[in-house]
Amino acid sequence: MKTENQKAWFFVLPVLILVAFNAIIPMMTVVNYSVQETFGDNLFFWEGLTWFEQILNSERFHNALGRQFFFTFMILIIEIPLGIAIALSMPRKGFWVPVCLILMSLPMLIPWNVVGAMWNIFALPDIGLLGYFFNHVLGINYDMTQDPTAAWITIIAMDVWHWTSLVVLLAYAGLVSIPDAYYQAAKIDGASNWSVFRFIQLPKMKNVLTIAILLRFMDSFNIYTEPFVLTGGGPGNSTTFLSIDLVKIALGQFDLGPAAAMSLIYFAITLLVSWLFYTLMNRENLNDYEEVEH
Amino acid sequence: MKKRSIVPIVYIFLLMLPIYWLVTMSFKPTNEILAGFSLFPQSFTTEAYETIFTDPTWYWGYINSIIYVSLNMVISVCVALPAAYAFSRYRFLGDKTLFFWLLTNKMAPIAVFALPFFQLYSAVGLFDTHLAVALAHCIFNIPLAVWILEGFMSSVPKELDETAYVDGYSFWHFFLSIFLPNIKAGVGVAAFFCFMFSWVELLLAKTLTAVAAKPIVATMTKTASSAGYELGLLAAAGTLTIIPGAIVIYFVRNYIAKGFAMGRV
Repeated sequence: MKTENQKAWFFVLPVLILVAFNAIIPMMTVVNYSVQETFGDNLFFWEGLTWFEQILNSERFHNALGRQFFFTFMILIIEIPLGIAIALSMPRKGFWVPVCLILMSLPMLIPWNVVGAMWNIFALPDIGLLGYFFNHVLGINYDMTQDPTAAWITIIAMDVWHWTSLVVLLAYAGLVSIPDAYYQAAKIDGASNWSVFRFIQLPKMKNVLTIAILLRFMDSFNIYTEPFVLTGGGPGNSTTFLSIDLVKIALGQFDLGPAAAMSLIYFAITLLVSWLFYTLMNRENLNDYEEVEH
Repeated sequence: MKKRSIVPIVYIFLLMLPIYWLVTMSFKPTNEILAGFSLFPQSFTTEAYETIFTDPTWYWGYINSIIYVSLNMVISVCVALPAAYAFSRYRFLGDKTLFFWLLTNKMAPIAVFALPFFQLYSAVGLFDTHLAVALAHCIFNIPLAVWILEGFMSSVPKELDETAYVDGYSFWHFFLSIFLPNIKAGVGVAAFFCFMFSWVELLLAKTLTAVAAKPIVATMTKTASSAGYELGLLAAAGTLTIIPGAIVIYFVRNYIAKGFAMGRV
């Protein structure tokens, strides 16, 4: 059990000051903008909740939100099972383990702008490897700057390329923590591969998979840089996700009020879903803890 | 066993394809890139790399990035260490709320904060300094470092602390000479993640800098728009951004899996 100690606040204080400086002041700026109208020259007029009503009722916001949820859903449904499958087939020990882990982590260490630029070069219709392969080897007409479907496929492929390794590494960390004795017992019982997965591996991976889902949700829901560099939200508005739309409104049209209101709504949605995951995660931990106690 | 290893091999092969393409591009002269498709560079050139290493606006981009990333890494880990200790060892008023509040900062869409950050750091006179970027990146790196370190610290038994206090160690003496060596791996992993997320994030870095502390990718975007379409140069600059990540990951290779699980396996 942890001991009660209010002095622990002193340990947390530096973190609190630094994060609060970065989080609370900008947040208050956003809140401030969200209830006012500005015509430049630092002239502001009180608008109350007008912007919130306007955003919540606007078709543009609904469309961006819809695209955002669809994108995040696709990412989770592809990356989580794929990541688990790859982790299951990885070697558990030996020389190749660190080699695999380093190579798999590489995409995550590339700056996000570069990821976008790299996939742009990769997918160029006639001179990119992927574009050439589709157009000239498979004979499928593929041009992500013209065709929304191609743009979507490219963005999803890019994200799968970029982040599946995170799920692999988390699932793998869960797998290597399973003692050999479990597998031996399963073998003696004549358990099938499926029941080993279902009753030994999956329960052991539960915690890390919750972290994986939480992280993948947060990052894919906030995605900005990579699709912005790759497609710029186009063709048309077909890949304009929430963040991209937000920046278009705030910096493109300089409509600070609506942009700020949209930011707050956006942040609230992310927060709500993440909180659900987080509570779920802690409850599971608590259950495990009680099992050990009894 | 043999059949199973096909899956990771195919996966890694596919992961390497776009990287391979970027690297190949960087060794091709511009007219070859635009002339058509070729799997290998026909006329091999290192011209793009020579440009980057001789032109100060290019190589200072790298130096700037490395300065603010290192600065951020040191700040984040140093302030996260005591906080993570507090979260892993003590109960105090509002501890759970505080922990979740810290995590929410990792959830905030960065694009939302770009403009307010610009105003904030201009107001305090830090605009266009390395410190500004390092401090701004703390918003997502400190919560992450606290989360990872708390995971590693919680797996060290409490008896270690108690024995040390019984033996008459002062808190700081215990923390620095006994506790810290026990969570060495955790500190390494936390530093690695701070490096990683500070290195890959460029929206804030670009917003908070103009000339003196400009990160490499700002130079890249400028080149892309002003000098026409110099794909070879862009590819070379992109290739060079992969290297620092590849170097640091080598040092934490044995803890990588546990690290990604935030020390909670």
